[in-house]
Amino acid sequence: MTVQASDTAAGPLLIEVRGVTKVYGTGSAAVHALRGVDLRIEKGEFVAVMGPSGSGKSTCMNIIGCLDTPTSGTYHFQGVEVGALARNRRALLRRHYLGFVFQGFNLLNRTSALENVELPLVYRGEPAGERHTKARRALQAVGLTDWEDHTPGELSGGQQQRVAIARAIVTQPAVLLADEPTGNLDSARGREIMELLTAFNRDQGITIVMVTHEADMAAYAKRVVRFMDGKVASDERYAVEA
Amino acid sequence: MVGNALLLALRAIRRNAMRSFLTILGIVIGVAAVIIMVTLGSGATVQVTEQIASMGSNLLMVVPGQMGPMRGAAAPFKIADADAIGRDIGGLNAVAPAASKSVTAIFANENWSTTVAGSTNDYFTAGNWVIAQGRTFTVSELRAGKAVCVIGETVRKELFGGQDPLGSKLRLKNFSCEVVGLLEAKGQGAMGRDQDDTIIVPLRTFQRRVAGNQDVTMIHVSVRDSAAIEAAKSAIEQLLRERRHLPATEENDFSVLDTRQITQMLTSTTQVLTALLGAVAAVSLLVGGIGIMNIMLVSVTERTREIGIRLAIGALEREVLLQFLVEAVALSSLGGVIGIILALLASVGLSNVLQVPFVFNPGIVILAFLFSAAVGVIFGYFPAQKAARLDPIDALRHE
Repeated sequence: MTVQASDTAAGPLLIEVRGVTKVYGTGSAAVHALRGVDLRIEKGEFVAVMGPSGSGKSTCMNIIGCLDTPTSGTYHFQGVEVGALARNRRALLRRHYLGFVFQGFNLLNRTSALENVELPLVYRGEPAGERHTKARRALQAVGLTDWEDHTPGELSGGQQQRVAIARAIVTQPAVLLADEPTGNLDSARGREIMELLTAFNRDQGITIVMVTHEADMAAYAKRVVRFMDGKVASDERYAVEA
Repeated sequence: MVGNALLLALRAIRRNAMRSFLTILGIVIGVAAVIIMVTLGSGATVQVTEQIASMGSNLLMVVPGQMGPMRGAAAPFKIADADAIGRDIGGLNAVAPAASKSVTAIFANENWSTTVAGSTNDYFTAGNWVIAQGRTFTVSELRAGKAVCVIGETVRKELFGGQDPLGSKLRLKNFSCEVVGLLEAKGQGAMGRDQDDTIIVPLRTFQRRVAGNQDVTMIHVSVRDSAAIEAAKSAIEQLLRERRHLPATEENDFSVLDTRQITQMLTSTTQVLTALLGAVAAVSLLVGGIGIMNIMLVSVTERTREIGIRLAIGALEREVLLQFLVEAVALSSLGGVIGIILALLASVGLSNVLQVPFVFNPGIVILAFLFSAAVGVIFGYFPAQKAARLDPIDALRHE
């Protein structure tokens, strides 16, 4: 399912986290990463998730990204209860509706930028010709038209993160999940990345959920959710676009 | 999906070319060993079969004693036994009683150590011998045990060189005999024995002047019709049991061998050797497989982050499994192909050196290839499964 460009305004409910807890380990060694989180994110939102280390924001992102399942509580993605799904079903959700951008870029080494961007399309089973076209368009959208044959080792950090963004948006995902996308970049590169994300949110209506430590990066978002001790401490919306 | 996985696999193999090569070395050696063994083994079998065919067609050999591991001493035959076979059993081409002994033959200044056999003219018929020059024995020569002989090509070459041997007298032990015939060359015989290295004298001459007894150590029988071989065999057994007065409870104290049995006897050694070396090769393949498993486990660990990325963007377990499985199979099959090429080159070379015919066996080549691919599947499965079962979150965090 793809999101139409006209759906830019906040729309139907996309993500609904209700009373989610997450416990790692058992007995006295148990770690309570999440202690009852409620979060609703609608289509077209740009949400920044903030909070100190160990506040549970990464755990919550993993659950929203269908990489992990809650210990208790429910997580509905597009109305589907994810916690009840098998590993492969969650992989299919990620394949068709989610895009990921990581702090460490996580591109395949010794593989060209173009092939990195094509990777999600490979798993979608798209034919080679179509993959090339879409991947080139995505690289163009992040301003790397002339770099498609370069491997990550030949690209700067900012360029690598732009390749990663191209890889995340090439499938036109419903949600783009970004885990500290500017954490490894200087502030100028960081702002470039944020402007790109803002543009995709505004022009293509891609819902963005982004974890960040930096307040000036969070300022690009329309909504800031703060985590503290495994719970949502505050949830503020800003009318003004960054 | 498989095509894509194959592409990835080939790229991964090329990236670590040296490591890949060392990994598949075990498979290469194993496959090469199997194919060389089987190729040379079947070459040797073909050679033995050809040599036995050259010994004579529809040939039965009657020898005293039981062939096999329990071979004991048994009384030799007499000329009368051979005569009885020829007289009482129908459908036979030739019955040649024979005895032989190693002697030194001397002509002028040359001497040559060879085998002298005493027999009748039927010996030439049964053994498919052709007279190149001269003649066989006359009836009176046979009956009187005259000092005449027919020589093989090797004996002629060694003793006479360029001279015409016919009419010359050569010395055997303490008597001299006249060369009346020369046999056409047959070449190498079974077990590498030179069939042309022989001198044939009338049986009575042999018994009186060489052996000093009346023994017949072998009776060559040629059967007219190949379909009648089994019948002739049992008729001969029956007749000889009667003549040797064997009670029904006792086993034969002689053997009637046909060429098939002789072939079996001679090739059984080759087969045991082939089986033994085949086992060694199988161990080598097993070790090669373990090598592949080891390197695939290393590869999975090295590429944990890559696996994490693939899983995160939506690769299914079986897609990751397939990717690594295809890589393992590609590695092992590559080893198989290299092994096959090496083996065929080595077999051609070795069969020249060992003078056995090169017998190309497509079955074993295909089998070896499939086996090497199977090694990849078997030993690649565990590492591939390990990769597929990784948790994407942990895998992405992996340094």
